Amino acid sequence: MGALCGTVASSAPPLFSDLNEVMGLLAMRQHGRVEFIEQHFLKVLNHPVESSGELRYDAPDRLEKRTIKPRAETLVLTGGVLTVERAHNKRVMDLHAYPQVQPFVESIRATLAGDRSALERLFHLEFTGSVARWTLTLIPVESKVKQSVAQVRIDGVRDQLLKVEIRQPDGDRSLMTLRPSTLP
Amino acid sequence: MMVRRARVLILWAGCIAFAAFIVARAHYITDLSAFLPANPTPVQQLLVDQLRDGPATRLILIALEQGDAAARARLSAAMAGQLRKDPRFSSVNNGEAVAGQRDREFLFQHRYLLSEAVTAERFSASGLNAAMKETIDNLSSPAGLLFKTLLPRDPTGELLNIVDQLARAPSPQSRDGVWVSADATRALAVAQTAASGSDSDAQSEAIAAIRTAFATAAGDSRQGPNKGVQLRLSGPAVFAVAARAKIERAAVRLAIASSILVVALLLIVYRSLPALGLGLLPVTTGALVGVASVALGFGAVHGITLGFGITLIGESVDYSIYFFIQSRHVRNAAADRSWQQLWWPTVRLGMLASVCGFASLLPSGFPGLKQLGLYSISGLIAAALVTRFVLPALLPGDFAIRDVTPFGARVAARLQGVRRIGRAAIVLWSVALVMLAIVVLYHDRATLWNRELSALSPVSIEEQNYDAKLRADLGAADVRDLVIVSGPDQESILRSAERAAHALQGLVDDKTIGGFESPANYLPSMATQEIRRSSLASASELSANLKQALDGLPLRADRLQPFLEDIEATRHAALVTSRDLTGTSLNAGFDALVLHRRDQWSALLPLRSAAAGGPIDMARVVAALKDAKLEGAQVLDLKQESDALYAGYLSEAIRFSLAGFLALTVLLLIALRSPLRVARVLAPLVLAVLTVATGLAIAGVQLTILHLVGMLLIVAVGSNYALFFDRQAHAEDGGSEALTLASLVIANASTVIGFGLLSFSQVPVLVALGTTVAPGAFLALLFAAIGAPAANAHAQHS
Repeated sequence: MGALCGTVASSAPPLFSDLNEVMGLLAMRQHGRVEFIEQHFLKVLNHPVESSGELRYDAPDRLEKRTIKPRAETLVLTGGVLTVERAHNKRVMDLHAYPQVQPFVESIRATLAGDRSALERLFHLEFTGSVARWTLTLIPVESKVKQSVAQVRIDGVRDQLLKVEIRQPDGDRSLMTLRPSTLP
Repeated sequence: MMVRRARVLILWAGCIAFAAFIVARAHYITDLSAFLPANPTPVQQLLVDQLRDGPATRLILIALEQGDAAARARLSAAMAGQLRKDPRFSSVNNGEAVAGQRDREFLFQHRYLLSEAVTAERFSASGLNAAMKETIDNLSSPAGLLFKTLLPRDPTGELLNIVDQLARAPSPQSRDGVWVSADATRALAVAQTAASGSDSDAQSEAIAAIRTAFATAAGDSRQGPNKGVQLRLSGPAVFAVAARAKIERAAVRLAIASSILVVALLLIVYRSLPALGLGLLPVTTGALVGVASVALGFGAVHGITLGFGITLIGESVDYSIYFFIQSRHVRNAAADRSWQQLWWPTVRLGMLASVCGFASLLPSGFPGLKQLGLYSISGLIAAALVTRFVLPALLPGDFAIRDVTPFGARVAARLQGVRRIGRAAIVLWSVALVMLAIVVLYHDRATLWNRELSALSPVSIEEQNYDAKLRADLGAADVRDLVIVSGPDQESILRSAERAAHALQGLVDDKTIGGFESPANYLPSMATQEIRRSSLASASELSANLKQALDGLPLRADRLQPFLEDIEATRHAALVTSRDLTGTSLNAGFDALVLHRRDQWSALLPLRSAAAGGPIDMARVVAALKDAKLEGAQVLDLKQESDALYAGYLSEAIRFSLAGFLALTVLLLIALRSPLRVARVLAPLVLAVLTVATGLAIAGVQLTILHLVGMLLIVAVGSNYALFFDRQAHAEDGGSEALTLASLVIANASTVIGFGLLSFSQVPVLVALGTTVAPGAFLALLFAAIGAPAANAHAQHS
């Protein structure tokens, strides 16, 4: 860890402070509400599947993903526990028990919270760009996690997230595009 | 004379040897069946099976407290990992997702036989289209992504269906990968033992294994400091093992303590070692014969019977005390008749009176009470016979004990002082006491008797509350309400369980119950599997349907070749049997819900209440099962049934005790031939019993079946006192009142010491006995002495 900080600090001091600044800006936001469109590009399917809905965030650790299309589903992450609710069906997953699911939700949650140390527990961080227009690339540390996620790329402007792309090791990927909510 | 003496001794020695032989070879039971019915009705049999071997009895609840959360989670994982390798446990669950490869393989391999969604429709073109659409939609959710790689083999998502089917039970909260309590201050786990709950030795071993696993895990600080984390266990097996240890410890400790005290008392009184040795002969013979009779009569001896054996000391030590002290009088007064002629009839009458009392325990449905009855009767008869025939034969010529006449005289003087208040006053006081008793007992009549089985439980309220808290946190693992279906084989009960499940699902939907479990969730009946298997379309048909179904879906048919192959394989594969479950974690779940006894099979469907810990409207459950034409299904509320069972024993025991009292009255009427004398003998006993009952009621103690046994003992022991006073008043040669008093006071002291010690025990049943008999025996003597008619004229001369 010290080695990583060292290289970041010596080779690109401005970026290091930009990352801190972005994290600081993100951490200041207590609530967030955006619409999302998510596309899944899966080899098993002939064409991508698309879903859309709303993402809500309450500091520090509550993330709610409400999918409206094509099928209503509510996904709530609080305190490391993921609750998936769909029609009459409710499933509770402790993320510790599902390391393969963890990066999908924790990458977004920790970024929204500006929780750099939480991100660094799971990923190696790469920051490019500036506070005005940045890209954060997350590469899983643990081998268990690596089996399901190769890398997460988040594009953003100051304290706003624009795009989240998750690449899986088998080449499948998903792309989530975010914009301010217009939903009631 | 010498010949007769030799004959008596040989006969006695033979009896002792035979009894010792039986006692040594007897089978001793330490489980809780002493409190379960001997000849159960079918419903009671189910209840007994549940209480002894039910799934609940195999669960050990494990809590880790104190320390920090990370350490608790780490220890939970380390312990569970070690215990899972231990064959003494059929499952260990702490919330970790170790369900494992084996389970997933099993479920996946048999998915078309196990999934409830499998019907002929599902494999039609439209059914396949709907199912695949849902699977594709699932792919956009992180949870659905887990099943992505399975899609070519399982496009209809049957594995997810089965996982949902099995996950209907609510699970506890998790933190750091392990189960925790609602307030997250405890890490929780549940271990299921391989051995049945009634095997208390195996349970005891399992508990020790858990403690060892904890100690090992706590001692390993490589992953971080584990300081302060505490292990706490709960559950029926833990309670049973602790209770057994507690009772054994208490019985041993009390037996030693009371023996020491009684021996000390007798030494002080007799000042003679031979007298002490001889004095203990009736007790030891009685105890030996008592245990032997129980072993012969019942085939096995309950540990609890031995525990109560101490009660026998109460009366049989008295016999030798009477014999030594009173036969001294015979010698001193140079009377022309022996103790056997003068006093034995009274002792014999007292013994018979006690037998009447204890005989009322014999018809009880409670094996514990039955055995106690037989033990006491045979023990008392043996002790009395030893006193009558063996002691005189063994008495050395120069036998002498200390003269206790001065002591008796002092007691007599005190007594005179009390008696001086006059007969009218004594009667008045007695009436006042009876009135008080009537008022108090009538006022408390509703709560006087505790009709709950838990009243006998050696488990403290604090421990019971803690257990309830853990169960609530673990998601109502408390198996209290059950639907039970029985049949001649496994297949028939699984079919019935499926029909019952169908009826119960309606109750879940309208929120009458929160949910239920069924063995058919783990293993559907052959019939159901057969229906599912035959609903699978043939290869050509399926492939045609699939082509049609894929229209408009982003899936290509050639990717789904493995799906077609798997369906075809299942069509020709064998159905799943319980043997296939072996090695999966599902086996434990299935095993726990299926009981097999001789040629009777039962499936258990435990119900969960809609609100955690809330009551279930069992009438609606019964109605729903009846509507489903499941007449054979039994609905069992374990707590209510076991309380009803105990309440039944209690009222039965009360009735039999009253009958015993009646028999005692008749016996006395025949022996004494005077209603007035009988009334005088019985009055102090009734008064003593009433006073003790009133005292307990005022102290807020609810009476249990053991208090009732205690009252019987008061009458049994007290009848001796009263009869000696009666004899004193009416016999031609009554002997000096001082001697009678001395023997009674010393006998009484030994009884009060023995039972008084029981009151200090930690075991509720022993406390109940002690707090009843110790004061009761003392009061019986006091009342008998005060109320006794002044010694008659003939008696005064000696």
